[in-house]
Amino acid sequence: MREITYRDALREALREEMLRDETVFVLGEDVGRYWKGAFKVTKGLAEEFGDERVQDTPISESAIIGVATGAAITGMRPVAEIMFGDLSTLAMDQIANQAAKLRYMFGGQTKVPLVIRMPFGAGVNIAAHHSQSLEAWFIHVPGLKVAVPSTPYDAKGLLKTAIRDDNPVMFFEHKLLYSIKELVPKEEYTVPLGVADVKREGEDVTIVATLYMVHKSLAAAEELIKQGISAEVIDPRTLVPLDKETIVKSVKKTGRIVIVTEDCKTGGVSAEISAVVAEEAIDYLDAPVKRVAEPDTPIPFSPPLEKFVIPDENKIIGAVKEVVH
Amino acid sequence: MTLEKRKKIEMYRKLLEIRHFEEKVYDLYGQNLVPGTIHLYAGQEAVAVGVCANLRRDDYITSTHRGHGHCIAKGAQLNRVMAEILGKKTGYCKGKGGSMHIANFSVGMLGATAVVGAGLPIAAGAGLSIRLRKTDQVVACFFGEGASNQGTFHEGINMAALWKLPVLFVCENNLYAMGTRQSRVMAIENVADRGVAYGIPGVVVDGNDVMAVYEAACEAVERARSGKGPTLIECKTYRHKGHSRFDPATYRPKEEVEEWMKRDPITRFRARLLEMKTLTEEEADKIEQDVAAAVEDAVKFAVESPFPAPEEALEHVYI
Repeated sequence: MREITYRDALREALREEMLRDETVFVLGEDVGRYWKGAFKVTKGLAEEFGDERVQDTPISESAIIGVATGAAITGMRPVAEIMFGDLSTLAMDQIANQAAKLRYMFGGQTKVPLVIRMPFGAGVNIAAHHSQSLEAWFIHVPGLKVAVPSTPYDAKGLLKTAIRDDNPVMFFEHKLLYSIKELVPKEEYTVPLGVADVKREGEDVTIVATLYMVHKSLAAAEELIKQGISAEVIDPRTLVPLDKETIVKSVKKTGRIVIVTEDCKTGGVSAEISAVVAEEAIDYLDAPVKRVAEPDTPIPFSPPLEKFVIPDENKIIGAVKEVVH
Repeated sequence: MTLEKRKKIEMYRKLLEIRHFEEKVYDLYGQNLVPGTIHLYAGQEAVAVGVCANLRRDDYITSTHRGHGHCIAKGAQLNRVMAEILGKKTGYCKGKGGSMHIANFSVGMLGATAVVGAGLPIAAGAGLSIRLRKTDQVVACFFGEGASNQGTFHEGINMAALWKLPVLFVCENNLYAMGTRQSRVMAIENVADRGVAYGIPGVVVDGNDVMAVYEAACEAVERARSGKGPTLIECKTYRHKGHSRFDPATYRPKEEVEEWMKRDPITRFRARLLEMKTLTEEEADKIEQDVAAAVEDAVKFAVESPFPAPEEALEHVYI
């Protein structure tokens, strides 16, 4: 074990999979030797694997995904980077109508082993076009899988699994996570898609959180225990497939649930998780489902404005107290 | 260029297969046997046949909503294409795709996309895959002149040109995008002129002359296979029917339709084959009779095939 960052963990996953399978290659804007990825995730890969396997592209999001899809259906395993998740809008047809649907439309004749990595999320004051959390859009598209790693360990293990998966996987990397550190094994390991991780066990309330909100929820749980409230923090780790069982089991134990996500509240990830709880565990609830999410605005620029709309420890603690008392 | 006799006869047969096939699809639609809608390829056969006659089985094509002809020209079986159009379990896509989304990966037909222009980057991606796998395959990407106004046209061709990928971008300019005449949406007459913007050859050919298409594609395939990159081939052609089944195509002037019908690609090629004594009248008739019988067999196969079980709708979302 050694301590590495989320960024390093992702890079290790890419490197190990590129060494393991020569059909794996990376493409995207400025991923190559000159810029090394907007968040430096691909640093060193072009030098090691050559420019063709770490392919810089024109600023053409639609074609990045289209080209990756065309390569995926003809024997390659591309890992495409969309520099900011917000820009997936430019590639939406290729993601949602092409990559996601080709296998189905063609009656199972093909597979689309494609990973789309997307730095995303708020917190660095770059406003409405570079800060959104769009996971919910993609969980609504059958054919896509959606990974949302919150830690270096999970990021590495999930990215390796995503690259080996024969379906298109949307891989969300919150930009505030890149520099967090954790002990990660040197030895080979993977993390399966569809298995949640209980990041902290507790008895009084279940907090389901994703991505950067896992860390805020863990900080909130630390504060809550001082006040006598024991919170269980669950990180689904992937939204498609979603490990409903772990969430439902926890709710049956605690009788209370707070869902914490950074995306917009309406039609968001938290709405889907709420629906799962309503369908499968409503009889076990001692309080209404509570959601802490972005209040349906674009992400504003000015620091106090941005801080106001993004969930934080205080908002989580407030929500937990509402359901516990 | 002298083409061997066998190849010319093969092309003639393919032209007829597509024409007879499309006429049957039209009839079956009238009998309520075809769910949804159809976009017939009749009139444009020389494009698919002229291009695909240059391709090997392991070469790829991408196709469009008007794709029956591409599929057949690349070597798909008539009966399974027909079955797909009728929504049957025996169709290439097991009834999941239908007329607008047929694929047959076993012959390198990577599928039709019904989103106009979406196939261009996918074809470029197949080209990138060929480059990375170090094979000498090529990709032919079919699309209409309407698709050339999509961003994907620009993005896809730019990348393919930049990386010198082995792709033929084959624009079938049938003058109308649904009801919109080209001159109403483009300030230029030739889509091929756009090739210069990407640093690749842009060639205009008579898309109703299968030999002309063959020769242009032959050159482009050689260029692609030898690592010199893509070519944009614009085939000027015309659809015989409306955009889709219920379109009477009243937006097209009568004289224009008549003029194009005189340039029917199959009538012309037959006359040429007879003139060159490649075929006799009797031999040409015999081929047509054989093709008609094969299409009848395909119809019988498709009509008699079962529909998929309803719950098969849940299969193939994920692998």
